[in-house]
Amino acid sequence: MSVLIYVELDNGSIKKTSLEAVAFGSKVAEKIGEKAVVLAIGHAASAELEKAGNYGASKVLHAADAKLTHENAMAYADVLVQAASQESSKVIILAKSGLGDALAARAAAKLKAGIVSGVTALPEIGDSFQVTRSIFTGKAFATTEIKSDIKILVVRKNAIEIDDSPVSTVQAEITAFTPPLRDEDFQASVSKVEKASSELSLTEAEIIVSGGRGMKGPENWQPLIDLAKALGAATGCSKPVSDLDWRPHHEHIGQTGIKVAPNLYIACGISGAIQHLAGVNGSKCIVVINKDPEAPFFKAADYGIIGDVFEILPKLTEAAKSLK
Amino acid sequence: MKILVCITNVPDTTAKITFTDNDTKLNKAGIPYIIGPYDDYALARGVELKEQTGGSLTVLHVGEADADPQIRKALAIGADDAIRINADPLDSYFTAFQIAQVAKPGTYDLILMGRESIDYNSGVVHGLVGEMLGIASYSPVMKLEITGSTATLSREIDGGKEVLQAPLPLVLGCQEPIAEWKIPNMRGIMTARTKPLQVLEPVALEELTTPQKYTLPTPKGACKMIPASEAGTLIRLLQTEAKVL
Ligand SMILES: Cc1cc2nc3c(=O)[nH]c(=O)nc-3n(C[C@H](O)[C@H](O)[C@H](O)COP(=O)(O)OP(=O)(O)OC[C@H]3O[C@@H](n4cnc5c(N)ncnc54)[C@H](O)[C@@H]3O)c2cc1C
Ligand SMILES: Nc1ncnc2c1ncn2[C@@H]1O[C@H](COP(=O)(O)O)[C@@H](O)[C@H]1O
Repeated sequence: MSVLIYVELDNGSIKKTSLEAVAFGSKVAEKIGEKAVVLAIGHAASAELEKAGNYGASKVLHAADAKLTHENAMAYADVLVQAASQESSKVIILAKSGLGDALAARAAAKLKAGIVSGVTALPEIGDSFQVTRSIFTGKAFATTEIKSDIKILVVRKNAIEIDDSPVSTVQAEITAFTPPLRDEDFQASVSKVEKASSELSLTEAEIIVSGGRGMKGPENWQPLIDLAKALGAATGCSKPVSDLDWRPHHEHIGQTGIKVAPNLYIACGISGAIQHLAGVNGSKCIVVINKDPEAPFFKAADYGIIGDVFEILPKLTEAAKSLK
Repeated sequence: MKILVCITNVPDTTAKITFTDNDTKLNKAGIPYIIGPYDDYALARGVELKEQTGGSLTVLHVGEADADPQIRKALAIGADDAIRINADPLDSYFTAFQIAQVAKPGTYDLILMGRESIDYNSGVVHGLVGEMLGIASYSPVMKLEITGSTATLSREIDGGKEVLQAPLPLVLGCQEPIAEWKIPNMRGIMTARTKPLQVLEPVALEELTTPQKYTLPTPKGACKMIPASEAGTLIRLLQTEAKVL
């Protein structure tokens, strides 16, 4: 028996959120006295996959068939289920993302497994198996019992603390995994992929600097970008900003956009409407810069500055540069 | 083309969430309910595609009778008929299973959903239904065109987007800007009253997950204010006090 953890690859490296999932899965494995096995699908060097060992995995299955290069939830779920069957996995862990949810869902249907997505903490395992997850876009939590034999957990960023130092010195054994693939999973043809590969992905970013309508126009974004650069941060925005095409749609954060959970979220000229907060309430520390002392965002903030963003941003950038 | 749009009935995005019965039930008192915002996008695009292709559109909801006003609204926006599976949908697998019973293979060409529900939101029902029906699912879909029996769609992937062509039938989780939300007009509201709303009992299924207890987040401590003239000191505090830099 085992705990199986699916890790998502990005350009040949394991995503940070997936490393968290490995640490999470290893802790679950420890609790139930099983081993933690990792499944990676797509291209990656062995040295990269060995990282999973540092987070507690004893074995990595690597499915590197060329047909699997392109993200494909149908085929990946099929591979995942075959790995789970080979390893007699009772618990399957994935990091929350569009792909993670799709894979988890399809695997759950194949295995008739109870699925809980948005898990925020390690499960309580005793007479029953209980997990806590975020509901109502971060406004509450639900503790749910999973009763099925096989259990699937999709884990939110920051559900477990990890640091960069290895937790284990056990070398993970890397094995090629070559299950049969089904033709019907490859019916779609991709005609265009636009990936802003140079940009930090918002869902993975530890620091996000985000701008709202208070930035007054797309031509004013440079001071915000400068601060983001100085901090090594990704940039985000409120919904009206992307609706107005001041910033690209994929930067839109909130209830109807991306949900983020960085260590630090810096909101510049964003009022803090509840739909925006729904996307950021997983952040560890929130800084709000707004000229209106009554802006609702201050109620959700850890640090606040009342003032004009265009005066404050350069000062922050200067201070951030002198950090290094 | 036969289109099925699955909608949720959720507390308005601004609603304050509290619980009753020793934190085991959502306190629905005084909460305004809406069609899930993502489902509203799915419905809007569904209506446009139905009009373009001269097909039909059914809305489906798994939930109790308090959802009927939202189902009527979907009918007023342009759905032809509606089905409600009379059950409290607290488990994604259960919900998907009920949807799959209605959407048995061959019944619909296109099943549109929201990217995620905003109550017990998970973003998993489309994948579950897709697998239960043995068809492909994609989410979040931001653009959708249908030509013959092929869908061309643009969806978000991590840090970007991709355009792909896939044969119908498909299950799709939708998000903006796939379409603009539609507001029912007077004629729509009038005709919605007489459009069929069929209520079905759920197909029995053993329970895979059960919610036990709900909790609210611990309230934030007071926000520490830093004078604008000393903005630079914020960075030091973030490093030494908050330890996030
Ligand atoms: C169903 C639904 C879903 C939604 N989903 C989302 C979502 O996902 N994400 C989202 O963001 N919104 C969402 N919204 C919209 C949301 O309700 C707000 O309208 C939006 O977040 C406001 O954006 P804003 O704060 O950028 O703009 P505004 O509300 O206009 O706020 C601008 C702020 O900037 C401040 N300001 C102005 N000038 C300066 C200056 N020079 N220096 C400092 N501060 C300044 C102002 O005091 C003000 O607080 C949704 C709404 C609905 C109904
Ligand atoms: N109770 C329900 N009735 C009908 N459709 C639903 C229900 N729950 C979820 N869905 C659909 O599935 C999508 C994804 O939901 P979820 O996986 O709960 O985030 C929603 O946007 C709806 O389109």
